[in-house]
Amino acid sequence: MEPEDTPPASPLRRGWRRAGRRPAAVAGAIVVLLFMAMAIGAPWIASTDPLRTDWGKIRKPPTWTNPFGTDDLGRDNFSRVVWGARISMQAGVFAVLLAIALGVPTGIVAGYYRGGLDQMIMRLTDAWLAFPFLILAIGLVTIMGPSLTNATLAIGLGATPTFIRLTRGLVLSIQAEDYVQGARALGAGDLRVMARHILPNIFSAILVQATVSIPGAIIGEAILSFLGLGVQPPAPSWGTMLNAAQQFLETAPWMAWWPGLAIFSLTLSFNLAGDGLRDLLDPKDY
Amino acid sequence: MLEFLLRRLFVSVVTLFVISLIVFTGVRLIPGDPARVLAGTDADDAGLEEIREKYGLNDPIPVQYLRWVSLALRGDLGESIRTREPVARTVATKLPITIQLACFSVLIALAIAIPAGVFSALRRNTVWDLLANGVSLCGLSVPNFWLGIMLILLLSVRLGWLPASGFVPFFQDPLGNLQRMLMPAFVLGSGLAAVLMRQTRNSMIEVMSADYIRTAYSKGLAQPAVVLRHAIRNGLIPVVTVLGLQMGALMGGAVVTEQIFVVPGFGRLVVEAVFTRDYPLVQGVVLISASAYVLVNLLVDVSYSFLNPRIRIQGRADGA
Repeated sequence: MEPEDTPPASPLRRGWRRAGRRPAAVAGAIVVLLFMAMAIGAPWIASTDPLRTDWGKIRKPPTWTNPFGTDDLGRDNFSRVVWGARISMQAGVFAVLLAIALGVPTGIVAGYYRGGLDQMIMRLTDAWLAFPFLILAIGLVTIMGPSLTNATLAIGLGATPTFIRLTRGLVLSIQAEDYVQGARALGAGDLRVMARHILPNIFSAILVQATVSIPGAIIGEAILSFLGLGVQPPAPSWGTMLNAAQQFLETAPWMAWWPGLAIFSLTLSFNLAGDGLRDLLDPKDY
Repeated sequence: MLEFLLRRLFVSVVTLFVISLIVFTGVRLIPGDPARVLAGTDADDAGLEEIREKYGLNDPIPVQYLRWVSLALRGDLGESIRTREPVARTVATKLPITIQLACFSVLIALAIAIPAGVFSALRRNTVWDLLANGVSLCGLSVPNFWLGIMLILLLSVRLGWLPASGFVPFFQDPLGNLQRMLMPAFVLGSGLAAVLMRQTRNSMIEVMSADYIRTAYSKGLAQPAVVLRHAIRNGLIPVVTVLGLQMGALMGGAVVTEQIFVVPGFGRLVVEAVFTRDYPLVQGVVLISASAYVLVNLLVDVSYSFLNPRIRIQGRADGA
């Protein structure tokens, strides 16, 4: 028995032990990492060009060379699903990063300074939240035109109010803490208090919210692309693939299986991992 | 009570005002001459002049805004570029179909979520609870348009039990209408059911540990009586709020669902409007859906305050 094993254990060790009790969350995290590897390694994993059409292989069922079958233009479905991970991950991660970049500073300012500015920001946030996500995205895409970048922007803007509200709430509760009061009494300026004392303490909650927001953003991109308002053909997005598949349900159902399964397993894993992360970082357990 | 209602109403009005500002600004952000945007690319000079006159496009921006809002408040949301029909009338003819779909899907969601939520709260940490949670997590994660496609594949293409798509008005053929609405309503309701089930489970777990429930047990009531007569009433209050907040997701979901099942409702109208660059129609639709969301949530909060007197008192307390 080593003395290091006696409590109090390090937070990392405690984290590991708790992770062992949540096998579903661990499995989710592993699948998310696999999808990330797939997105990064797409050129090596899928040897066929996802855009190469082959008129001799229109809507062929799965075989050894085309494990997921081929689509209506004779393109290899497997390689399109693999490359689709890139677009999905990109849209999901960048949309949430945008929401964080806009939402967290705004929320900190609103919660820190209170008063009229806070009231104004919160009313604007309420109004922003009143636009159903898809309606908002549709409005923005109408103004800016359909593309992956604009879809990502629209999804990010749609997720921003959630981060503003969350951050503001956290700042309000943290501001009353002794260490913030203490820092202020020692003469720390507003910016220093916000950056050094408030931000690090709300970080874990923001991280959890980000993890649970990403699956929503991924589905958002798929929906917009499915409707034709996001990624434009011939780019291999899971949403556009499903859009094409819908016309050939009777003759080529495999076209609909794989892109949908990919979205489903990726969002499910993100949700599982997010739930686990929430438990892991919940300060109530310390 | 009155004070609470007035304050809640005031917040809603402010929110509606900000919404109208956002929509107004959005339309001005579309590149090009606003008259051209609102009249369409094939409008002639007289048509453009008419639009300029109507919205006062030569006046300062604040005056333009006031004019636009006062027209909108009187129900004049302009004309669709494509059909030349008033936007308000176009929306009014499509809306009942979507409302029917939404009501069905809420009913289906409640019918699944409440029994499942209550059951898994009572059988907490058992296999059943785990199963119910797993199913609800899947419901949250599955993209509903894919679920729709898979159901069509199974129930229509393979088994031939239900028609894959289309719509017939209820009064023309009630059975046909219900048959065609079943799949879209289930697809639209599935995500909602997952959210509501989680909420029901959480709030029932909380309620079941309350003192008055222990009292009910100790006076000899059996579990079904305790749950049905005492616990459910309080346990479902948060569920109503969540239902109101989910209205936006429901509206967005309707857009996709109607697209898959070819239901000629509000959602299909929106997508068509985007593709045909029918800006007045998009503007009207965005404005109407955001306002509807605010009004539904106002109604939810007000009905909530009738159900739960504590909210009223609290409203008075921090108003003082």
